[in-house]
Amino acid sequence: MTTQTYYVPSDSRWPIIASLALFLMAFGAGSLINGLGREGTSPGLYLLLAGALVMVVVLFGWFAHVVSESRLGLYSAQMDRSFRWGMGWFIFSEVMFFAAFFGALFYVRVLAVPWLGGEGEKGISNQLWQGFEAHWPLLSPPDSAQFPGPRAVISPWQIPLVNTLLLISSSFTATLGLGALQEARRSRAAAWLGITIALGLVFLSLQLYEYHEAYTKLGLTLHAGIYGATFFILTGFHGLHVTLGTLMLIIVTLRLLKGHFDAQNHFGLEAVIWYWHFVDVVWVGLFLFVYIL
Amino acid sequence: MKPVHGGLLFLAAGASPPLLAAWEVNLPIGVTAISRSVHDLHMLIFWVCVAIGVVLFGIMGWALVRHRKSKGFKPHKFHEHPGLEVLWTLIPAAILVFMAIPSAATLIEMYDRDEGDLTVRITGYQWKWRYTYLDEEIDFFSNLSTPQNQINNLTEKGDNYLLEVDRPLVIPAGKKVRFLLTANDVIHSWWVPALAVKKDAIPGFINEAWTRVDEPGIYRGQCTELCGRLHGFMPVVVEVKPEAEYQQWVAATRAEAEAAKSAAQAKDWTLAELMARGETVYQQSCSACHQAGGEGVPNVFPALKGSAVVTGPIAEHIEVVAFGKTNTAMQAFADQLGAVDLAAVITYERNAWGNDSGDRVTPAQINQALGKE
Amino acid sequence: MTTATTAEGSQAAHHGPAPGLSRWLFTTNHKDIGTLYLVFSLSLFMVGGVMALLIRAELFQPGLQLVQPEFFNQMTTMHGLIMVFGAVMPAFVGLANWQVPLMIGAPDMALPRLNNWSFWILPFAFALMISTLFMEGGAPNFGWTFYAPLSTTYAPPSVTYFIFAVHMMGISSIMGAINIIATILNMRAPGMTLMKMPLFVWNWLITAFLLIAVMPVLAGVVTMMLLDVHFGTSFFNAAGGGDPVLFQHIFWFFGHPEVYIMILPAFGIISQIIPTFARKRVFGYASMVYATAAIAVLSFIVWAHHMFTVGLPLVGELFFMFTTMLIAVPTGVKIFNWVATLFRGSMTFETPMLFALAFVVLFTIGGFSGLMLAIAPADFQYHDTYFVVAHFHYVLVPGAIFSIIAATYYWLPKWTGRMYNETMGKVHFWLSFIGVNLTFFPMHFIGLAGMPRRIPDYALQFADFNMVASLGAFLFGFSQLLLIYNIVRCVRDGRGAPARPWDGAEGLEWELPSPAPYHTHQTPPRVD
Ligand code: HEA
Ligand code: HEA
Ligand code: HEC
Ligand code: CUA
Ligand SMILES: [Cu+2]
Repeated sequence: MTTQTYYVPSDSRWPIIASLALFLMAFGAGSLINGLGREGTSPGLYLLLAGALVMVVVLFGWFAHVVSESRLGLYSAQMDRSFRWGMGWFIFSEVMFFAAFFGALFYVRVLAVPWLGGEGEKGISNQLWQGFEAHWPLLSPPDSAQFPGPRAVISPWQIPLVNTLLLISSSFTATLGLGALQEARRSRAAAWLGITIALGLVFLSLQLYEYHEAYTKLGLTLHAGIYGATFFILTGFHGLHVTLGTLMLIIVTLRLLKGHFDAQNHFGLEAVIWYWHFVDVVWVGLFLFVYIL
Repeated sequence: MKPVHGGLLFLAAGASPPLLAAWEVNLPIGVTAISRSVHDLHMLIFWVCVAIGVVLFGIMGWALVRHRKSKGFKPHKFHEHPGLEVLWTLIPAAILVFMAIPSAATLIEMYDRDEGDLTVRITGYQWKWRYTYLDEEIDFFSNLSTPQNQINNLTEKGDNYLLEVDRPLVIPAGKKVRFLLTANDVIHSWWVPALAVKKDAIPGFINEAWTRVDEPGIYRGQCTELCGRLHGFMPVVVEVKPEAEYQQWVAATRAEAEAAKSAAQAKDWTLAELMARGETVYQQSCSACHQAGGEGVPNVFPALKGSAVVTGPIAEHIEVVAFGKTNTAMQAFADQLGAVDLAAVITYERNAWGNDSGDRVTPAQINQALGKE
Repeated sequence: MTTATTAEGSQAAHHGPAPGLSRWLFTTNHKDIGTLYLVFSLSLFMVGGVMALLIRAELFQPGLQLVQPEFFNQMTTMHGLIMVFGAVMPAFVGLANWQVPLMIGAPDMALPRLNNWSFWILPFAFALMISTLFMEGGAPNFGWTFYAPLSTTYAPPSVTYFIFAVHMMGISSIMGAINIIATILNMRAPGMTLMKMPLFVWNWLITAFLLIAVMPVLAGVVTMMLLDVHFGTSFFNAAGGGDPVLFQHIFWFFGHPEVYIMILPAFGIISQIIPTFARKRVFGYASMVYATAAIAVLSFIVWAHHMFTVGLPLVGELFFMFTTMLIAVPTGVKIFNWVATLFRGSMTFETPMLFALAFVVLFTIGGFSGLMLAIAPADFQYHDTYFVVAHFHYVLVPGAIFSIIAATYYWLPKWTGRMYNETMGKVHFWLSFIGVNLTFFPMHFIGLAGMPRRIPDYALQFADFNMVASLGAFLFGFSQLLLIYNIVRCVRDGRGAPARPWDGAEGLEWELPSPAPYHTHQTPPRVD
């Protein structure tokens, strides 16, 4: 049996500073949000920004440290497996995060809205909302004065379809990039990753455009009742994840160009690609359940 | 409750039965067929658990006494026995099936949805119940009637402390009464143990429940879903009357409501009269949130003392009180209070606690604002 | 072979901890982090406990005497939240940090820096949460289950901070759980196959899985709340097509597994302690593992047993009743296995064993009342009464808390290298045992007699038992001072402990000297 070293990192200040940053962000965001609609600016915004700034510094510092350790060859195969397990379970936790929102969507579509509209076991609830009829997409919520429904919803066969194609192909290009790296063809890998990033950016721009249309032309907003609420929470959190994924892709591509990865050691890059696939799969679910059905 | 069962339960707890005369320690048997089957289920599962417990703890206790090191007992080596392990998977499973059958049967009975002889809509408000008899044109609120002084330990507490209301729900005995439960603000839950009815009242939805009570009497319960500050002060009282008495009650209630309405409207109210009546209404309906002295609770319930709305234009003030503010705890009082009460409470607010505007708001003004002549 | 190195090269590995405060702030050592978690948990146990005593003091007699209803509701809410997220969960994570690497022969946790981060988020999260008590409008007052719309439309402004605090706790738990899973799956000493792992490790593995599966769901539901409160959505508002009950479904999809998160590690602890003091191998190791797994799987499909009265359709009601009842089967297997372990053992009754035995009996009583609650038609009578309060305190206090206390006594010699005072430990046990039963047993009675939970004042017929419960609570609470005193004395001037202070103890942790050196298992032991 060969002797492996197991690397136990020395003390680090990053974690506690990162906790402080989280605290500042949470406290700042809390005061900012609570101050919304009130007169004057709250200090919340500054706290939030300060926290975010500290967080960015921490992330850079922390990752730089990890990268340098990894490049010093301090890590072992076992360490690599730990990272893999870690990333895998992290993605699982993200899956469950989205599961909560999908669950909400299914619940309102299959149960709550029909009940309010007079169908099913609790259909008697319709007594409280006379004249309300259940449809999905829900264009006129039970109390349309309070929650004016959207005039129309987004057609799946235009931007969303394009976006689906974009994301699916980006998954392929990302995989091709990884494959190229495994064959030690670094510039080729960088090219594929570049294409992936470009696809991601186009996707994001189209999403933004779609949101703009939704707000200005369709009246599809957060206030538009449960359709708008589920639409924006699902696509919104997905969009945030794509943004994060794109940022991480940019970072690993830069690292690739700086020669941080080789055919054997490239888990940082692989992890980002896993993440990208996950974001992609979520999108397919969205396309199916939010846009088409 | 029947002391027998309580006694048995108490015996199981290891204390002596005579102590328990005044103590209620078990589920009431109740006064409906459903409540009796629930009670039976409760006792059945209770005894099943006791039996399992006795065997289990018996064996354990025996081992603890006998197999001690201090007695020189040497440990045995066994640490597996597939047969036993399967056995104590299967036996509990069998017991559970045995429990599941009567439980399911009772549940299905509870979910019986046939039309009743009478339908009452029950609406939970922070912190009172509203009973609307859908076929009888009767509609009223039911408030806690325990005086504040008892709650604050200033006077002796009455027998039905916290379980008494100004106007109970009245229903006929022997009839199937259907309840449609909903809420105006947050979730409440309407519970009367003796009827074994507990159902949440959920804003925007209607839940169904029903009961058929055999014995006339007064049955008490409470709100059982945390609904804010005065959740503990929101009792349910049901008065079950024999059919004939119930009919009398219906007639009397309707007549009374009519009379009160016309009498109040005909009258020309002076400022002092409005203030006096307004104070009562205020303490009854508003002080739970805005506090007796109108000082409110910072950041939760605004102070009315010196409030811009209360000292501002009358029309806006009426608007707030009559229609409430959507999505806040401030309810629409137009459907809770009559024109006179609204006029009185608004007048009171505008003149109490140093607001001293001297304004007199009349029932006529209210009716005008509400768009009815 | 694996050996451990640190950044400064292999010599540094033999160094002790960094001097002064920075040892605790910046540490990556699993033992230090374990200690931090345990101390944190004990502090919050005191805070949550003092709140409980305030509740009990107000309920000592009918009438309002000490606090106003709004403050009472804040106390109930904060007590529940702090005990669950601040006392029990961090205590178990602390125990995992200390014990898992020792028990599987690993030099440390798989991701040590992440480990430190998981811990340090917690004090900040609770600072945020507790600070709401001093905010205008008061702290969260909607119960630890924060049902909408009481927690959205009708909530005090501090709900925003509450939401962010929950987010922070979620991040901490998820990272902690990921770390534990990675450690267990990847860092076992050669030869330690999964089915040779100590049961404590097995139970934590499954708990960590539950955590990763449900904490994100909690994060999701509080996010929806945030949007409902501040950004005009209508998830939990029928006026826009949502449903307040949707909140409860999502919450309990998290909440029910959450209660098993608070008991599975306890099962693991008991499965270590009982064999030690019975001097006999645990009975039915394999069925213990399968039973834990079965409980975890079932826990995802029983959530609506907390919602029997919300007006579920009949099929739903039946489904959730049956699945809930099923959980008694695997749990029973565990109980029976423990009793079979005791049977024909050679028992001694040191403090950890006393707490473990009390756990078996009192947890079972709590399980029985759980089973009664599972009978939907009967739950119509029990729901939201003190019967439920009795149920969950039986599984949580003489359940989770007793197991934590037992673990503390059991492993304290290994952690500190010193023995605690056995007599004082036994006195602590008996006072706790009597106190706990005096507090929570009468709650069954007042619950059945009809006292709703979450009320600051009650009708006269509940008075006697409430008084008993309050007295018991003070007895139980103050007996915990003995525990603290005993630990402090042990750390400062306890008698030296041998490597294996319990003669029936087996497992890698007992092969190490006491106290366990700062860095352990740098060369992994072989397990056969
Ligand atoms: C550690 C935490 C923990 C644990 C382990 C449990 C275990 C169980 N719980 Fe409990 N529960 C809570 C914590 C816990 N619970 C909390 C905190 C609440 C309230 C939340 C709130 O509203 O604030 C709650 C509420 C709660 C309710 C909702 C009550 C209501 O609000 O109306 C229900 C209903 O079904 C329930 C059921 C059960 C069941 C069936 C088990 C089972 O797992 C128990 C299984 C164990 C046994 C049955 C004993 C041993 C078995 C045998 C000896 C085998 C043979 C036995 C038989 C065949 C009978 N629990
Ligand atoms: C693990 C969780 C846990 C634990 C350990 C406890 C412990 C205790 N709980 Fe709690 N409880 C909950 C979880 C827990 N609880 C939950 C989830 C709720 C529901 C909340 C809700 O409805 O939203 C609840 C609700 C609840 C209620 C119902 C409140 C209501 O409905 O309004 C009551 C009432 O008696 C109560 C009492 C107690 C008592 C007396 C203890 C005692 O065991 C505590 C004893 C401990 C101490 C006192 C601290 C330790 C003491 C020292 C270290 C010594 C120093 C102390 C002093 C000097 C005072 N709890
Ligand atoms: C359940 C709690 C509750 C009750 C009962 C209640 N209110 Fe209010 N009230 C509120 C809240 C909350 C607001 C603040 C609404 C907002 O956010 O603008 C409010 C606002 C008001 C205002 C506007 C004050 C201002 O300065 O903005 C008036 C006037 C008022 N209430 C009068 C009454 C009267 C009169 C009654 C009784 C007939 C009453 N309220 C009962 C909760 C309540
Ligand atoms: Cu209404 Cu509690
Ligand atoms: Cu549960």
